[in-house]
Order: sequence, then C-alpha cells, then structure tokens
Amino acid sequence: MLNRSVRFFELTGLVWLIPIANLLAGKNPKQQLTNLATSVGVPMIAFLIFLLMWSVAAQNVKTSLGNLPGPVQTWEQFQGLVVEHNAAREREASFYQRQDERNAKRVAEGKEARAIRPYTGAPTFFDQILTSLYTVFVGFIIASLIAIPVGIVCGLNNTIYAGLNPLIQIFRPVSPLAWLPIVTMVVSALYVSDDPLFAKSFVISAFTVTLCSLWPTLINTTVGVATMDKDLINVCRVLRLNWITKIFKVVIPAALPMIFTGLRLSLGVGWMVLIAAEMLAQNPGLGKFVWDEFQNGSSNSLGRILVAVFVIGIIGFILDRIMLTLQKAVSHDKTQEIR
Amino acid sequence: MSAHYLDISGVSIEFPTPNGPFKALDNVNLKIAQGEFISLIGHSGCGKSTVLNIVAGLYNATQGGVILQGKEVLQPGPDRAVVFQNHSLFPWLSCYDNVRLAVDKCMKNKSKAERHEWTEHNLELVHMGHAMHKRPAEISGGMKQRVGIARALSMQPKVLLMDEPFGALDALTRAHMQDSLMEIQTELNNTVIMITHDVDEAVLLSDRIVMMTNGPAATIGEILKVDLERPRERLSLADDPTYNHYRADVLKFLHERHAKKDVPDTKKLRAVETEDTPDSAADSNAAA
Repeated sequence: MLNRSVRFFELTGLVWLIPIANLLAGKNPKQQLTNLATSVGVPMIAFLIFLLMWSVAAQNVKTSLGNLPGPVQTWEQFQGLVVEHNAAREREASFYQRQDERNAKRVAEGKEARAIRPYTGAPTFFDQILTSLYTVFVGFIIASLIAIPVGIVCGLNNTIYAGLNPLIQIFRPVSPLAWLPIVTMVVSALYVSDDPLFAKSFVISAFTVTLCSLWPTLINTTVGVATMDKDLINVCRVLRLNWITKIFKVVIPAALPMIFTGLRLSLGVGWMVLIAAEMLAQNPGLGKFVWDEFQNGSSNSLGRILVAVFVIGIIGFILDRIMLTLQKAVSHDKTQEIR
Repeated sequence: MSAHYLDISGVSIEFPTPNGPFKALDNVNLKIAQGEFISLIGHSGCGKSTVLNIVAGLYNATQGGVILQGKEVLQPGPDRAVVFQNHSLFPWLSCYDNVRLAVDKCMKNKSKAERHEWTEHNLELVHMGHAMHKRPAEISGGMKQRVGIARALSMQPKVLLMDEPFGALDALTRAHMQDSLMEIQTELNNTVIMITHDVDEAVLLSDRIVMMTNGPAATIGEILKVDLERPRERLSLADDPTYNHYRADVLKFLHERHAKKDVPDTKKLRAVETEDTPDSAADSNAAA
C-alpha cells in the first residue's frame, strides 16, 4: 500500500506527498519531517514572502481604478466570482423550473406544451474557464494530429526535412497576434454557414492555438525520430517489417519520449496563446473575461483580472503536470529523470 | 552444392566522401559450406563489419556480390539474421515480445499457439526462460545479448551473422556466452559468420578463421583452418599445443605482418600506460 502510493505520487509529480505517506506509515519519522520541511516548508515560506511583498507593493501603486489590489482584495474578488457563479446557476435552474411549471399547467388545461427556451444569461467566470479549456484542447489536438505525422516523415526522410525545415524555422517564431487578423479574415471568408456548428470566434481562437502550438511537437518529433538508434532501423530491415508495422511498432515507441516533450511544450504555448487570441477574437473564455473587465473599468476590475491571472497560471501548471504524468507513464526508460 | 552454400565473390565497396570515393573493401572472396562456423578477425576499421553488412544486405557491394543457396543477396531479410554488438533489442518490449515480433514476422502461416511455443523454445535455448517477461532495461548485458541471439535464432536463418556479439561483455560473462553458443551450435548446426576482436574466442569457436588485412581497400589476408575436435573444452584446450599453435598463428598475423600503423611505439605506449590503452595496443604488448 505504501509503495503503491509512493509510486503514484512519483508518477504524478506530487513528490511532496511522499514524506507524508511515509510519515503515516511510521517510517523513519525524523527523516520524513526533514524531507517535508524542504519539499513543503521552503516553497510555503517563499510564497508567503511573495504575498507580503505583493501587498506592500500594491499599496503604493495608485491607478485610475484605485489602488492595485493586494492578496486580500484579490481573494475577496475570487469569492465574489464564486457567489456570482452560484447565483447564475440558481437563476438558470429557476428559469427552467418556471417553464416546466407553465408547461405542466398547459398540459393540465388540455393545451399543447411549449418548447423549452434555452437560458441565455451571461457566462460566469467558471463557465469561461471551461470554454477556454475546451478551445485550447481542440486547437492542441488538431496541432498534434498534424505535427506528429509530419514530424515522423521529416525524421525519416532527409529530403523532405530539408524542404520543410526553412518553412518551419520561418513560421515558428511568429506571434499569435500576427496570425490572428489573417486567421480572422480567412475564417470569415471560408467558414460561412447559416447554422454554424461552432461559433466563429471559437474557430478563430482554436485555429490560432493550432498555428502556434504546432511547432514544438513538430520539431521534437523530427529530432526524436531522426536520432533513434540506427541498429533498431536495421533490425526492421532484417525483419522486413512493412512500413506501417515499422512506424507503429518501432519508430513511434522509440520517439515517444521526445514526442511527449514536444506535446508538453506545445500545450504550454497553446495555453499562453489562447488568452491573447480570445481577447481579440472575443471567444467567450478567460481572455475575453480579462478584456471585458479591462473595458469595464469598475473598482473591482483589477482584482478580478488578478484572479484570472492566478487561475490562468494554476491551470497552465496543472496541464503541464498532466502531460508530465502521461510522459512518465509512456516512457519506456523508467530510470530517466523527467522534470 | 554444399561447397558453395554461401559464396562471397569479388566483393569491393566504395563509400562516397567529400574527398572522393573511399575504397573500404577490395576483392573479398570467401566460400562457406553449410554448417560452418567462420570468424572474421582483424584490426578495428579494417572492414569486418562492412563484409558482414554486405552479406546481411544492409550495404550493397560496388563490385562483386554475395550468393546464398544460388540466390543473389540484394536486400536484408530474416534468412540472414543479424546479432548486433549492442544487442539492439526494442527497449519498450519485453524479452518475449522482442523475440515474438521476429517470430510473428517469420512464421506468418503458423497458428498463434505454435508461434508462442516457438518463441518460448528459443528463449529456453539461450537459458532466458526465467526472465522472458522482463524488459531489456531490467536485465544484464549478457542476458540482453542472449535475447538478441534468441531473436536471431527464432528466424531460422540460413546464415547467422554476429557482429562482435560478446565485445561489450566482461571476460567471465563472455566465456559463459561462448560456451552457450557452442552448445547451441552443436544442437542446431547453423552456418555462422562472427566478427570478433578476441583471438581466443576465434580459435575456440571457429572452423575457419578469416584474417583481414588493414584498410583502406582491405581484403582477406589469410584463412586459418582450425582442426580441433568438437566438443571443445575451454580448460583442456588451454594446455593443448595445437590450440596454442593456432592462437600464435593468428597473433602473428595480426601483430607482425599486419600490425596497425597507428599503434603507438614503446615510448609512446609508456606515456599512455596509465590511461585506457586500446585493445590492439594491449594485445601487441602481450604478443611482444
């Protein structure tokens, strides 16, 4: 039980939980407490120092919207957003309840029930988080579906790599803000339908994420495939494996650690790019939330934006941890240290 | 027919380099009978591996060619299985799956149960039955090489090609592996071409030792027939005058007639003694 939980914590990167697990099992308590102090104590102290400096600095910065909010005000804004979210959920529930009651009455009177109208209240902060996550994953998955196969081809074939490499190097450093106007115009021109499956703003944001998160995966996959042990390729040749077997049974497993390094970087880039894209494309996500608060200019705005900053950071961190865990789970070299 | 089971005739190979073509091999001729165990020995860089790779079909000769059982070798195939020096097992597959991949490829028309049995049989043959579900990272270097041999044997090759199979192993493990290989050879009577740096290994295992001159444009310098009765026994051979005579023959070839030119002379050798001396230098010391 102890060993299994320790393995799980190691795999998920929650290494600071290991001393606690050991402590609960009563294994060498003195050592565990020292470990705990370094793995939890030190970061906690650093964070407290950061909060202190933040609150002192915030008091001394005056803006047109009042003082820059400190940690306490930011926390209050967060609570306010939770309250708003719950209130919106209640309104939504009662909105549907009223319709149901009205319909029940109509049926009892022998009339036909009316169709249920959907709730159209503004999305809350937490709805916007979900929208952002959904958008980033759609963009990221499309990018991966393009980047991994192209990367494999580039890694296996020097001629194709030589042809594509200049293009990759040129497009890789382009900022999402430069892509966005073009993507917007192209999507507006091509994505015309009376009953669109996805909102235009969503398509634009997701596609911008795709364009920017393509490159890390593409480059890392290429390198991973190109640097694989040549003898393994020779084994494939001796066995006369057909190319499908070769790619799925040999090339992809061999390059998987590098592919995952690329995917991890891509998801990080994608999440960063998304906020900017949402601001400009008005996709109802965290970026739009920040933009709206900025335009709104109430005394709460700066606090709310700071809440968004922390939420964006923490979600980015969690996404990276998830990718790290996946990377460790699929890596065949368990002794390798992945950070 | 059996006299020309495998026929390497007039093989030359050139590699393009920025300074014009580099001729690695020149007119290599060798005829091998079925069931024969051949060792290729020579200084490093003399093109032993190139000969092996040409027989495997991984390289194509510029001139000449290789004929196996009346068919020209043009591309690699499982009938010429290769055991690579650094084992080259797929690290993400268990030992069993590594062998099974080859079995699945070579015995497509057999049932699943037969293929499973054949995989296990080959792993048992190299004494790896107890660890067949471990991954390569979890077993020792010698065990990995055993699995590599099992994988090659499972293809039932017409010729088994071994590229310094025990070069990366320590002396004790190597001796153990050589005994295992002799045991398997007695049982299966494979045709084998093995590259080695180790004179004792060559004499102990081979029917014939093919000694190669130094490159560039390396070729076969001399062929030594080893007439020792099988089964051979490492300990009793140590004092056997015939065995020592063969051993001396190979050493003389390597270190007198075809000494490597870049081997440091005695003065230089003394200066580098504290560091890792290259194998060939150490051997030449022993011979002198």
